[in-house]
Amino acid sequence: MTPVSDTLSDTWERVQLASARVPFRLKVAAVWVVLFALLAFLGNAAQFDTQWIRDNLRYILGGLRYTMVIAVSGIALAIVLALLGSLARISRNPVAYGVAGFYVSFFRGTPLIVQMYLLYLALPPVGRNLALEYQWLPDGFDQALVLDAATAGTIALGLNYGAYMTEIFRAGIQSVAGGQGEAADALGMTYSQKMRKVVLPQAFRVIIPPTGNEFIAMMKDTALVSFLGVTAASAEIFRRAQLVGKHDFKNLEAYVAVALVYWGLTVLFTFFQSRLEKRIGRGYDRAHVARAMQAAGEQGQPHGGGGPG
Amino acid sequence: MSADVVVRIAGLHKSFGHLEVVRGVDMEIQRGEVVVIFGRSGSGKSTVLRCVNFIEDPTEGSIEVSGIRLQGGYRTRRKREQIRQLRLHVGMVFQQFNLFPNMTVLDNVLCAPRCAGESTAEVTKRAKELLDRVGLADKAGEHPIRLSGGQQQRVAIARALAMEPDVMLFDEPTSALDPELTGEVLSVMKSLSTDLHMTMMVVTHEMGFAREVADRMAFFHEGRILEEGTPKELIEAPRHAETRAFLDAVL
Repeated sequence: MTPVSDTLSDTWERVQLASARVPFRLKVAAVWVVLFALLAFLGNAAQFDTQWIRDNLRYILGGLRYTMVIAVSGIALAIVLALLGSLARISRNPVAYGVAGFYVSFFRGTPLIVQMYLLYLALPPVGRNLALEYQWLPDGFDQALVLDAATAGTIALGLNYGAYMTEIFRAGIQSVAGGQGEAADALGMTYSQKMRKVVLPQAFRVIIPPTGNEFIAMMKDTALVSFLGVTAASAEIFRRAQLVGKHDFKNLEAYVAVALVYWGLTVLFTFFQSRLEKRIGRGYDRAHVARAMQAAGEQGQPHGGGGPG
Repeated sequence: MSADVVVRIAGLHKSFGHLEVVRGVDMEIQRGEVVVIFGRSGSGKSTVLRCVNFIEDPTEGSIEVSGIRLQGGYRTRRKREQIRQLRLHVGMVFQQFNLFPNMTVLDNVLCAPRCAGESTAEVTKRAKELLDRVGLADKAGEHPIRLSGGQQQRVAIARALAMEPDVMLFDEPTSALDPELTGEVLSVMKSLSTDLHMTMMVVTHEMGFAREVADRMAFFHEGRILEEGTPKELIEAPRHAETRAFLDAVL
């Protein structure tokens, strides 16, 4: 024990005590500020051209409507497929169960980008060859399976996410207490009445939050559609960033800009989703009131943003 | 056979896997009769009740309710619809209430008539009368979660009555309630018998209720009816040692 180390540890002790008085959230905010400052410093050193971004952001953001159309249509398709798939997965009908199992297994078992290429480039020859093989097929069948890039990409997103969401929906339906179904049966409800009035409304309470996560994840995965070679006019934001970045040799600025756009969208939708989550919890349990009040006191809680991939 | 038999259970067996829970039960319940079924847990009493409206499928034997007679065993598409028709004659009240949390109290009561396609105006009037009967007219707009257990169970009784059933099944209706709340549920059940002459099958350990309301009692033991008789006979002079031991434990 030397006096020097004693003084040192005393000082450290005082620092810790002083630090304990600063709210945790303030310290976290400071960390974020420092991280942004470091990035800004790095960007400056790398001669980051903010003027170029200002000039081109408008063009890149012009792709937002395509990004959103793809994401919204994709999630709509996925929700329909997940609903049908989950009902099939809990049914005793071997055909429904088998088809749904096959669908989920294939689309969870292969990469999304491969599924996109299957729809975009592997389907057309199927149509062509079938038309040659079977003359009774209607005229124009050889072109029937030719999809444009955005359509193929959207359908692939819907099929892929639908497979994952089938399991989410199935778990949600099975989370509804068994007594609820028994009560519906005892009241003489038909299967469809039981599902529509009793089981699904309660299941959706469980299903909606993860579906929000899936939507946010899908919005980011719309970038993959650009690999299918969308035409410049209907390009979504990632494709646009790629095009202008390459053209002006401003890859750094283009990709940083588009990354920030995705990040912003994710934070925005996560915010909406957490509000929705609080709303749908209403009327179910007493603890909700306590939680809602606690949440009200914690508004603006920072979240890392982003759902699971 | 009497034309006024509402429920006829014949040769009922029920197995869960290798475990045979019900091993041959025959029962007839006359119109207006209140039958209390009691026995140890695992004696098959609840399972018999749940077989009456095919919440459980009987493994063997037949169930007849209001002239609809169905055999146990596999459910074909046609049989599923026949089961539904049978269920329309049977009201059921569960231990855990099983009210629908996504609906108001009134919508819970309206559920069965609406699903049967009855017009709303007259049905709503009847539903409100039923809520009044169970003493909860002022709770019509509430969600079930805001109600006490006793209130929830009374709503569940009104919901089952809205079907205008020929028989009411009660599966341990007070077992999930705090002791001070059982009285309000039991008195509603009693009024169904005295005011409406409702036919009831009640699985319960409430011997006070049985003594007061039941016409007949059946003691279940190891999947069979060991002893049957009036409350006076069973409670005061049980013939079997098992019945006596059980009564000593609950009285």
